[in-house]
Amino acid sequence: MEKFKPHISVEKLNVFYGKHHVLKDITVKIPEKQITVIIGPSGCGKTTLLKSFNRLIDLVEGISVSGDVRVDGMDIYNGKIDVTNIRKKIGMLAQKPYPLPMSIYDNVAYGPRIHGILKRKELDRIVERYLKVAGLWDEVKDRLKSPASRLSAGQQQRLCLARTLAVEPEIILGDEPTSALDPVSAKRIEQEFIELKKDYTIVIVTHILRQAKRLADHVIFLYMGEVIEAGPAREIFEDPKEARTRAYIGGEIS
Amino acid sequence: MDRRQLEEAFFKGLMIASTVIIVGILFAILAVVLLKGAPLLSLSMLTQTPKGGYYLGKGGGILNAIIGSLYLAFGATFLSFIIAFPIALYLQEYARNRFASFVRLSLDILWGVPSIVYGAFGFTIMLYLGLRACLLGGIIVLTLLMLPIMTRAMDEVMRMVPHELRETSYAVGSTRLEALLRVVSRQALPGILTAVLLAFGRGIGDAASILFTAGYTDHIPHSLFDPAASLPLAVFFLLGTPLPEVQERAYAAAVILLVIILSTSVISRLLTTKWTKFVIK
Repeated sequence: MEKFKPHISVEKLNVFYGKHHVLKDITVKIPEKQITVIIGPSGCGKTTLLKSFNRLIDLVEGISVSGDVRVDGMDIYNGKIDVTNIRKKIGMLAQKPYPLPMSIYDNVAYGPRIHGILKRKELDRIVERYLKVAGLWDEVKDRLKSPASRLSAGQQQRLCLARTLAVEPEIILGDEPTSALDPVSAKRIEQEFIELKKDYTIVIVTHILRQAKRLADHVIFLYMGEVIEAGPAREIFEDPKEARTRAYIGGEIS
Repeated sequence: MDRRQLEEAFFKGLMIASTVIIVGILFAILAVVLLKGAPLLSLSMLTQTPKGGYYLGKGGGILNAIIGSLYLAFGATFLSFIIAFPIALYLQEYARNRFASFVRLSLDILWGVPSIVYGAFGFTIMLYLGLRACLLGGIIVLTLLMLPIMTRAMDEVMRMVPHELRETSYAVGSTRLEALLRVVSRQALPGILTAVLLAFGRGIGDAASILFTAGYTDHIPHSLFDPAASLPLAVFFLLGTPLPEVQERAYAAAVILLVIILSTSVISRLLTTKWTKFVIK
């Protein structure tokens, strides 16, 4: 296995939902400033694994988590840790774009405001900067006060990206972030990710193999709640060691 | 026509008939109240308290009941909101599912309790405390009556807010309270307003709960411990007189009641359009 600096390291992570064993003894490392793609058939636990990185699975009643998830070496399931700080550090982009019920400007300023930035000038600067990074500034700069709900789905997802980036996370999680978008908008989001990986560690869940091939530096293949294989993208796609990985990539299981 | 088409036509007819009946009844009520009440509306009715002999057909008005009703209904709506909103927030994110279901069931049962029972309950407590019928007693009992309605209605609209919207807020590091106040409440704002208006309408129109707790008087209350008149009871007392010309004043009082409910609804909707356009569909 190739040596890299892990940004997130997961050891013996087990997640139960009631009696259902969703994730089984997961041990993986997520490399820093690369795109890691989690692939696998639907229902294999991809989203659960992703949401365990920013403790969004805590919100599900009846879920129990054991094992270790470390971000920069810090155990994020330690009871003393402030969960809001973890989520500030690890941004997330959802399957469907969900703008907040407020203006475009307020959507981007939402996170910074919560974390104590209240000066107008500073907020203006943050909003402009991250709308530019998300590639939306030119389209919305004249109507920052209008409701975010009036944007198209593709624009909304870029707005969500700007909102995520505005709290200055180190890691960005994407839960099938292009699945609700048209092909052109999906392409744009993919390009944003490729641009962003020089500054951020990115983890994306997808069930679209071609998208995984386009984006991935590193791949984790999940099947029935277990990590079957993980490694550099080229190795996984061109020379998988495991029969099940081969079958999935060959389109025999889906 | 085959059997399935016949079935379709028959049930469609039934649905239309039911709709026509209910809308018809609504208009019939409005028509009766307006036709009988509107001609009797006069400035003196709106601006004067009852003079001696008002219930026998002499001059005066029902300003005592208008002011009393406004005090009672707005007071109770305010008090209910202060209590209902935190309960609704608590049920969303803090209460465990089982406990939340228990609270919801309790509120649903309370919703169904007849208002005279609230009145009797309030009256008993007031007797025990040695209090006379007064504005404060009326406001508190009306609050009890309105609370389950307002809380459950708010709770239901907040539950309709997509879970992902909350997740979005948590994902940038918000606390539960921030997610509830800044995102869930804003998204549910039109529904929250409806909840408040629903409770307000029920409160201002209720007679039985305030009969013994707020009492009735020909004077405008000057403190929370004065008895207070109200429009529903004014309707009741005016209709209860043997004189037809006095009975007709009851319809005028009903018109005033309708106008208050309608204008409150319209004004509050206008005030909130500014925020409701941001709602995510």
